[in-house]
Amino acid sequence: MDLSAKTIEFLQQLINGISLGSVYALVALGYTMVYGIIKLINFAHGDVFMLGAVFGYFAITMFGLSFYPALIVSMVICAALGVVMERIAYKPLRNSHRVASLMTAVGLSLFFQNFTVYRIGAQPKAFPRSAPVNWNVFGVNISSRQVLILATAVVLMIALHFIVQKTKMGKAMRAVSFDRDAAMLMGINVNNTISFTFAIGSALAGAAGVLVGQYYGVVNPLMGTLYGLKAFVAAVLGGIGILPGAMLGGLFLGLAETGVSAIGYSTFRDAVAFAILIIILIFKPAGILGKNTREKV
Amino acid sequence: MKRKLFLIIALLMVASLVLSACTSKDPAPVNNGGDKPTGETIKIGGILEMTGNIASFGQSSRNGIVLAFEEINAKGGVLGKQIEFVLEDNKSIQVESATAAQKLIQQNGVAAILGAVASSNTLAAAPIAQDAKIPLISPSSTNPAVTEVGDYIFRSCFIDPFQGVVMSKFAIENLGAKTAAIMTDNNSDYSIGLTEVFKEAFTAAGGKIVSEVAYVSGDTDFNSILTSVKNAGPEVVFIPGYYDSVGLILDQAKNNVGFSSDIVFLGTDGWDSPTLFDLAGDSANGTYFSNHYSPDADSAIVKDFIASYKAKFNGAIPDALAATAYDAAYMIAAAIESAGTTDAAALRDAIAAVQLEGVSGNIKLNEKRDPVKSAVVIKIDGGAQTYYSTVEPN
Repeated sequence: MDLSAKTIEFLQQLINGISLGSVYALVALGYTMVYGIIKLINFAHGDVFMLGAVFGYFAITMFGLSFYPALIVSMVICAALGVVMERIAYKPLRNSHRVASLMTAVGLSLFFQNFTVYRIGAQPKAFPRSAPVNWNVFGVNISSRQVLILATAVVLMIALHFIVQKTKMGKAMRAVSFDRDAAMLMGINVNNTISFTFAIGSALAGAAGVLVGQYYGVVNPLMGTLYGLKAFVAAVLGGIGILPGAMLGGLFLGLAETGVSAIGYSTFRDAVAFAILIIILIFKPAGILGKNTREKV
Repeated sequence: MKRKLFLIIALLMVASLVLSACTSKDPAPVNNGGDKPTGETIKIGGILEMTGNIASFGQSSRNGIVLAFEEINAKGGVLGKQIEFVLEDNKSIQVESATAAQKLIQQNGVAAILGAVASSNTLAAAPIAQDAKIPLISPSSTNPAVTEVGDYIFRSCFIDPFQGVVMSKFAIENLGAKTAAIMTDNNSDYSIGLTEVFKEAFTAAGGKIVSEVAYVSGDTDFNSILTSVKNAGPEVVFIPGYYDSVGLILDQAKNNVGFSSDIVFLGTDGWDSPTLFDLAGDSANGTYFSNHYSPDADSAIVKDFIASYKAKFNGAIPDALAATAYDAAYMIAAAIESAGTTDAAALRDAIAAVQLEGVSGNIKLNEKRDPVKSAVVIKIDGGAQTYYSTVEPN
């Protein structure tokens, strides 16, 4: 079967967009979970993503792990970091004004960035990886890296869905998200549930960091800011606090950015992401899925 | 409504985060290359990219300058005084370059300034030096606009019109290319300038530009624009950018988008860093770029330079950045010596008249304060730079 040049280009860009979008979706899930449960936008989340990439980098270069063990190590460290971050920085402020927590998040973000610069330097680092395999499907090039990023993201999202919907902890998360005081009265350990949410969200961000590292081949201490912001846009776009919304928002954003580049306006890709945020805030602040579902985590 | 407001506040706060991230990149202290300050020194300032995106360039340049001043000081300095090198880190950004120029002139009272590397950064610092009438020599800013800032601004490297023409000629004559694509870093005066020059030279020689795409430095995702380039079907792809982006582009072109190895990537002196190999790996093989100098060149002065550089910096081979910075340091020393003073106006005239045999070619400035000298084309092969040919100015 022969496809026309236009179709091939379209499919190729579609693959590029989905790969990028699945990373945004993974990071956005962490934003949205934390927002769903304690109504905090955790701006340090983008930097947890960056640290995930850095941990993955060291797991591979210093301890000689291969990709999947490095991914798991990075997810575990990020999960622990998420719990510690919540306990030290956010828990004492849980009952104060929301802006106080938000400021703390911004402070944490700066701390993570500059601490990383201090420890490993501001130079971009090459992320070690094996040579990819390229498949040519009807003229469309598919790289094994793209398959890896997409498959890993899908598996993680399915796992998350399972945890939230089928486990006891997931039920507790949904209950706390719905009404924290009532959940506490019903005997749910709210503190542990919130910590668990941070752990899961941070682990997903860490995984996204390692995936980005292996896909683009570079890690640097300031990479978290832009990805964090884009993921925030993705979360708001899908409806902040709604899990499927974050996935949808991430994919939509990845495709939108790729689409803008494809039609020749590559320098506007960041602008487009934020224009989407402004438009969604004006016309549908609850996000795409904001009204259809009441389920929150 | 409350939620909307909250999200807007949140967005504003993040915007401030991005801004502050731009200015607070690195607190790392910077080594001062000169001797101990005494009353009897001549202070020369340096504005270099010691940290940030193109830190590899700044560090090589620093090494070149430090080596030159050490050699000069060991021979008794200039005018019987030792040279003290006062280095400021511009963190690879424009704002910090301007701040560094202010500081060097007002607080340190330097006689002249060396730097910066990137044209954008030099263009930020140069007007300050020009207003204060302090001579500034950029070792490696190739954008023509740099010396157009004023009569106190000089450089020790060739300029983009020459470099762009060299690569265009190379594409047509050596590679037999008739179609080309250009990938421009829209955040860099250097890249935009070279794009114009290449486009003009290539089309004037009968070639056709089939695709022009843009990115901004700091991007990591090039898959999408590379897909557009690939589908336009060029024979060569010209990327006048810096190694940090180019390394990623070369890798993604081959490994994510599936460029065939028949398409040749061409670049300019911004590619000259070992980091390019780290980022691109094997994908860098078979590409060509123009540069100021090659360590393989067969001349006595180059060999001496390489030997003393290796001795001082743990066996490192000097790159072109180190070479042009070394030459810039010798230019300023020669000018102070011939002027017999560090008085700004006399020093300016002396720099304009300076003539010396540098490691990056013979330096003689034209009326626009730009040196007229040869370029080399370097081929990347087997993960290393190999000398390919020398192109003389016409």
